[in-house]
Amino acid sequence: MSMDNTIADLRFAVDRPALIKRLRAVLPASALLAEDEEMRPYDCDGLTAYRQLPLLVTLPENEAQTQAILRICHELHAPVVPRGAATGLSGGATPHPDGVLVSLARLRNIIRVDPLSRTAVVQPGVRNLAVSEAAAPYGLYYAPDPSSQIACTIGGNVAENSGGVHCLKYGLTVNNVLRVRGLTIAGEIVEFGNAALDAPGYDLLALINGSEGLLAIITEVTVRLTPKPELAQVVIASFDDVRRAGDAVAGIIAAGIIPAGLEMMDRKAVQAVEPYVQAGYDMDAEAILLCESDGTAEEVAEEVGRMTAVLEKSGASAFCVSRSEAERLKFWAGRKAAFPAVGRMTPDYLCMDGTIPRKHLAKMLEAIAALSGKYALRCANVFHAGDGNLHPLIMYDANQPGELERAMAFGAEILELSVRLGGTITGEHGVGIEKIMLMAEQFSIAEISTFHRLKAAFDEHGLLNPGKGVPTLARCREYTLARAGTAPVASSSPRS
Amino acid sequence: MDSWLANCIARVSEAADTGGQLAIRGGSSKRFYAGPEQGEPLELAAWQGIVAYEPTELVVTARAGTALSELSATLAAQGQWLAFEPPHFGPTATVGGMLAAGLSGPRRQAVGAVRDFVLGVKLLNGLGEVLCFGGQVMKNVAGYDVARLMAGSLGTLGVLLEVSLKVLPLPVAEKSLRFAIDEATALQQLNQWGGRPLPISGSAWQDGILTLRLSGAAAAVAAAQRTLAGEPVDDAEAVAFWWSLREQTLPFFAGEAPLWRLSLPSLAPPQALGSTLVEWGGAQRWLRGGDARTIRAAAAKAGGHATLFRADDGLKAAAGVFQPLPQPLARIHHRLKHAFDPHRVFNPGRLYPDL
Ligand SMILES: Cc1cc2nc3c(=O)[nH]c(=O)nc-3n(C[C@H](O)[C@H](O)[C@H](O)COP(=O)(O)OP(=O)(O)OC[C@H]3O[C@@H](n4cnc5c(N)ncnc54)[C@H](O)[C@@H]3O)c2cc1C
Repeated sequence: MSMDNTIADLRFAVDRPALIKRLRAVLPASALLAEDEEMRPYDCDGLTAYRQLPLLVTLPENEAQTQAILRICHELHAPVVPRGAATGLSGGATPHPDGVLVSLARLRNIIRVDPLSRTAVVQPGVRNLAVSEAAAPYGLYYAPDPSSQIACTIGGNVAENSGGVHCLKYGLTVNNVLRVRGLTIAGEIVEFGNAALDAPGYDLLALINGSEGLLAIITEVTVRLTPKPELAQVVIASFDDVRRAGDAVAGIIAAGIIPAGLEMMDRKAVQAVEPYVQAGYDMDAEAILLCESDGTAEEVAEEVGRMTAVLEKSGASAFCVSRSEAERLKFWAGRKAAFPAVGRMTPDYLCMDGTIPRKHLAKMLEAIAALSGKYALRCANVFHAGDGNLHPLIMYDANQPGELERAMAFGAEILELSVRLGGTITGEHGVGIEKIMLMAEQFSIAEISTFHRLKAAFDEHGLLNPGKGVPTLARCREYTLARAGTAPVASSSPRS
Repeated sequence: MDSWLANCIARVSEAADTGGQLAIRGGSSKRFYAGPEQGEPLELAAWQGIVAYEPTELVVTARAGTALSELSATLAAQGQWLAFEPPHFGPTATVGGMLAAGLSGPRRQAVGAVRDFVLGVKLLNGLGEVLCFGGQVMKNVAGYDVARLMAGSLGTLGVLLEVSLKVLPLPVAEKSLRFAIDEATALQQLNQWGGRPLPISGSAWQDGILTLRLSGAAAAVAAAQRTLAGEPVDDAEAVAFWWSLREQTLPFFAGEAPLWRLSLPSLAPPQALGSTLVEWGGAQRWLRGGDARTIRAAAAKAGGHATLFRADDGLKAAAGVFQPLPQPLARIHHRLKHAFDPHRVFNPGRLYPDL
């Protein structure tokens, strides 16, 4: 995490009155906000520690208006920051002080659901859950299910390559999107992918997924829909030792099982969630695992049997298998409410997102416990255990001097360890401004330079979402120097 | 540093400095595919070996020159495999060539393509720099997804040195069924089945016969077999059939007539362009012979694209191997090429003539 805001590294001299005049000519009055009070609600995303008023806010209603905004910004050399529902946790949609914030929230039509080809064409402001709701009458759903799915948009999902609790079996956003239509910063219409399974040339669709609004503005997405399984059941296993729970995760995979979901919560997370949601979790457990099976009734019965056998052998102290769809959803509701539940226990929290090889889960948990003591801050742990993706939730109080800084240092140590263990600083939440400095921990100068050149292939002048995702080379050098003077550098990193 | 790698870097740097060109070769098993080789051969076969494999992590990392057959055997010994069933097209096929060609087998529609299973790459760019992107973990959104970009890039962006792939357990049970139906009915039927939770892992229609493969848990396969009816295929015959389909050794693929690959929306109607084999639930259609212009226009009209998969160099040069790109995308392609290989050292013309 960056201690100071890297957005301000890149400043642009923008003629605000001229920009307003030009935008007024192409937008309805309700689509342009220029007063501080009207713009205030747009001053941050889910990373609330960073707030910044943009130069202007625009709320286009369709692709043509979005295109007009981009053309004007491009011509007047004004930066553009796209925004969906602002549930992002890494500051990807944090405004730029010299830039136009473009909210895509009003592009919220579901253009088409085609049950026979199992696809839906939607505008970027459509909420993730709304896609599944529209597909439900046909026995279909959109598989990636981030816990924020009632609020987050498909545009934001594509931009972050979001995951969910079912992505071990069903894939991330990138594996479930067939086509993205968008606009370059110059306002040109581009289509990545198509209604077939592949497109000629480079896989630009793969690049757009996870591009954090730095390469293009997404205006339409074709997603793949998945048939609802006949039956799904979730097993909840309690463990009185976190290490055993971690080993059980490896045990399940070793048994040749790919669960539909495999999630873990530690004691602090369970104790935050249970009073809030009454999901039925075991409040005495040191850790619980949620392990889902789906398929035909016969298949599920067989797989649940195999799962419980592994869990038992791994030392689970208690089990519970969902007996109805309502109960299954209740079990998941607890997991999906983990962030807000922890949010009730603390004035502020930071959510980390490192991913590590599964075999290091227990080691990582022990390290986090030690760091929690070192920084005197509480930390609850929620994991996409099947993917090795961790969400330590570091609790702090921004009104206490020094606590934010301590929380950030705590988070940075977790992510540095993730890299040293052969993992990554972010599994699904993106780099944004939050982890931008840590990119220098994970990537060499030559790799960072490649990212800059890659961006320039789409956005020559660096106007789309500047100061996010990839640090400037100057910042990388600064980081490397600072690291050399302090903590041990990632010498055991597997990279050569 | 390993002397092979040092030598490789030196060759790339020299080519970059002197305007030289290199033709990257894995096992040359897919040399027939895409544009002609140009430049001095750069052989990867010596750069081989499995670097890391832990079955419980579901990840394998191998050097690019590792034989695909060796990788498959190593995975199979642990009950795992590359679920997208990549075609080998010969015993010399390598892991790097598989990724660079970006081709997937009969299971593509059910589980995804090569690109869906790539987790990380180590590559050598056109400036002689060794770079790593992605990693050995399931989820990773740090930086742009350069690892997936390599799938199908045909060696035009760099020399792949190491590849990390997601692996999956082998299916427990498998059963193939046959149905005597015409093309239009087969397409309709495949799309309808696709909307139901059936364990379909392969489909091939040709000459009035639809062959369907079911894979998964024994109970699920048995239940689906009951639901779908169809004529059960002898298990050994089925294994041979799906292998020959993947490796293009079925009689359909024999002979000299050009082979076209049409990638279409699965619902696209029969194209009536000539002798056809339908795969991937309708999303991949093979065609023998025909007029290039007509085929490309038909593919575009249906919402997809056509690749001249196998043909002599003359026809390839005249018709182009890949569907031409619209202007903004062509420009992005050139700039991306420039970002990785500014001196145009690697595989010039293999993907598009001017790339
Ligand atoms: C309680 C909670 C739970 C969460 N759980 C998960 C989870 O389980 N898995 C997960 O992956 N994430 C999770 N998140 C993070 C977040 O919800 C996702 O990153 C989500 O995809 C962001 O969508 P959004 O519409 O809110 O995008 P925003 O936050 O508005 O934007 C995110 C990024 O996308 C860009 N962007 C947005 N729209 C467009 C567009 N149309 N074109 C181009 N760029 C665009 C923005 O510039 C920004 O960089 C969670 C967040 C919260 C608050």
